[in-house]
Amino acid sequence: MKLSQLEVGETGIVKEFTDLEMSVKLMEMGCLPGEEVRISRIAPLGDPIAISVSGYQLSLRRFEASTIILQ
Amino acid sequence: MKADIRVALVGNPNTGKSTLFNILTGLNQKIGNFPGVTVDKKTGFCALPDGRTAEIIDLPGTYSIYPKSKDESIVFSVLADKSKGMVPDLVVVILDASNLKRNLLLYTQIADLKIPVVVALNMIDVSEKAGIKINIDLFAKKLGVPVVPISARKNTGIDKLKNAIAFANSVALQQDTIDIESIAPGIIAQIKGEMQVDNPYVALQLAHQHETLSYLSTTESDRIEQLEQEHSFHSQKAQATETIARYNFINDLLYDTVTKPEAAHDETISNKIDKILTHKVFGFVIFFAILLFIFQAIFSWSAYPMSLIEDLFIWLQAGAAKVLPAGPLSSLIIDGVLAGLSGVLVFIPQIAILFALISILEDTGYMSRVTFMMDKVMRKVGLNGKSVVPLIGGFACAVPSIMSTRTIENWKDRMITIMVTPLVACSARLPVYTLLIALVVPNRNVWWVFNLQGLALTAMYVLSIFSAIIVAFVMKFILKARERGYFIMELPVYRMPRWKNVIFTMYDRSKTFVLQAGKVIIAVSVILWVMKSYGPGDRFARIDKQYAQPQYTKTMTPDSLTKVIASEKLENSYAGVFGHVIEPVIKPLGFDWKIGIALISSFAAREVFVGTMATIYSVEGDADKLQSVQEKMHEAKNPQTGQPVFTLAVAFSLMMFYAFAMQCASTVAVVYRETKDWRWPAAQFAYMTALAYTASFIVYHWLK
Repeated sequence: MKLSQLEVGETGIVKEFTDLEMSVKLMEMGCLPGEEVRISRIAPLGDPIAISVSGYQLSLRRFEASTIILQ
Repeated sequence: MKADIRVALVGNPNTGKSTLFNILTGLNQKIGNFPGVTVDKKTGFCALPDGRTAEIIDLPGTYSIYPKSKDESIVFSVLADKSKGMVPDLVVVILDASNLKRNLLLYTQIADLKIPVVVALNMIDVSEKAGIKINIDLFAKKLGVPVVPISARKNTGIDKLKNAIAFANSVALQQDTIDIESIAPGIIAQIKGEMQVDNPYVALQLAHQHETLSYLSTTESDRIEQLEQEHSFHSQKAQATETIARYNFINDLLYDTVTKPEAAHDETISNKIDKILTHKVFGFVIFFAILLFIFQAIFSWSAYPMSLIEDLFIWLQAGAAKVLPAGPLSSLIIDGVLAGLSGVLVFIPQIAILFALISILEDTGYMSRVTFMMDKVMRKVGLNGKSVVPLIGGFACAVPSIMSTRTIENWKDRMITIMVTPLVACSARLPVYTLLIALVVPNRNVWWVFNLQGLALTAMYVLSIFSAIIVAFVMKFILKARERGYFIMELPVYRMPRWKNVIFTMYDRSKTFVLQAGKVIIAVSVILWVMKSYGPGDRFARIDKQYAQPQYTKTMTPDSLTKVIASEKLENSYAGVFGHVIEPVIKPLGFDWKIGIALISSFAAREVFVGTMATIYSVEGDADKLQSVQEKMHEAKNPQTGQPVFTLAVAFSLMMFYAFAMQCASTVAVVYRETKDWRWPAAQFAYMTALAYTASFIVYHWLK
């Protein structure tokens, strides 16, 4: 399952990434395998989304979220 | 001032780094440039408890030592480039105690550069409130560095931090965090050997960053490139391995030293605010209401200080006229320098208000919500959510706005933002618009509430935003992307604005504007004055001679004689000759040679228009009656037809020209500074002039 498939309020645990370039940027921001992520909100126009991860809020586009595979 | 030690401040964005910098240095700070790059370097001095003085360098906020934007790339250079003697004696790493995990990534990277480190554990009050318990002694012991809990906002723990800075070891004693050599053993060993680098992490970073590091020579960079090939070094894979290793270290460290409350405190205040501010409907309504408020504030709050500044200059000019003996020098000072200065300084209130409001929006965390809400729309037209900030700033002045595009990581997005920002109706266009609208649009209400003049002005602002969006959309297809765009961004928790920071930003930006734009405007005023006051060959002498003849001196009153001479001289001055030369080109737009002079001089700065109009038409006005520029322009007649010069068609054609043309030397200069390539400002100048000519042509012939 991909992170982009979660609804607001749902949580998941990051398993792996499908895109090396994005994974490097996401991991730097504390979004890495084993971390719990939760969809906090979706932007008014449906994209980007905001997730809460390692204790703070991170915003990313749906495409970027689709490169994150959950357990 | 001579400093005894050099201290660099490093930390993630939104950790209170600049607040701490302001506390440590007070008003004792200055902004310069890092050598060779256009990144602002903020430095200041701080008196230490042992009597020594520390020079504090504020490095740009970054999440990691791997740079994602122009600003961030300076961090590694400063910490690793030993050749310029810039390497600090000590690094203070600021960590947000309420968000330690992500903050510690940067700490572990800095620590591995083996420069002495002191950790400032900021927002300790916030984290305690949230129930996070940190065993600070154990934490410090495990890292091997002094750890000082502080709250920069509440100004607590600062003395202890100064103590820690004063008594820090001069050698790096921190614990190793990860095994660096194992990430890329071959290439690290070889770079260490060949380039006299003794630190393995510096060697690894050279392998990663050699293409963008300005301090490496081309041969060194090429050699590293060659080594990368030999060892089949893959930058992103190596970075991924390193990041995972670092987070393993961090997780172990936090497991032993930090306990978090079990209950997830879901409904934080920040979340509640976000529910309203990023709401599907209210989110946009509130955003537009805030924009409207900003415009209102810029125009209404600035009216009084602006008229004060204008009065001050009128008083100065009158005073100078009394004190100085009449002649070219007094004319140069009064009509050249002072007129030019007042043209710049009068904008300070507007610029200061705009920057104060924008910095409040940034400081509270609202601006990142705006980028969050607008990203999808902006992306459709080839921009980025982060382009919203410079575009809004463009309503005040394109110069600082273009500088603020540095936060946009994606090259293509940044370039398009730079290219379209000058189209946004900046404050320098405002005096031109108000003057021309007042001239031709009747001051009455339609549908009871809407003032016709106000509507015309609003239309110009709306037009500017639309034109920026359309041009951006076109450029999206012209420019080729260099890298993939992404939008991975922290949404910081909402906070009260720190008023000191707001005032600092306001002061900083206004100063930049005055210095950047001021130089150009004064230079242009002086050049324009020379071009108006002198003519080619003996034309002026001939005019004087001609009107000295009895048939003129006898038949005309002295007043009207001076008027005729002055007007003849203007037509025969360098400016007048030049105006006549370009008249055929601008005639299709409805402009005569006098407007031509104003247009040409406005290519240095738009606001010059009003002043130029004033001087050009002043020669025709009655000497006894001090008329306003508007009245003079209103009475201006075409000598051939006897019809008024400023008809509705001419005024709107002129406004179109000012809306689109790149009439700002400071913007051209700043675009060059930011892009480091003359082709960008040249292309921008060309496309904007073409747009301006076309729009003016269409509007003139439509309204004629």
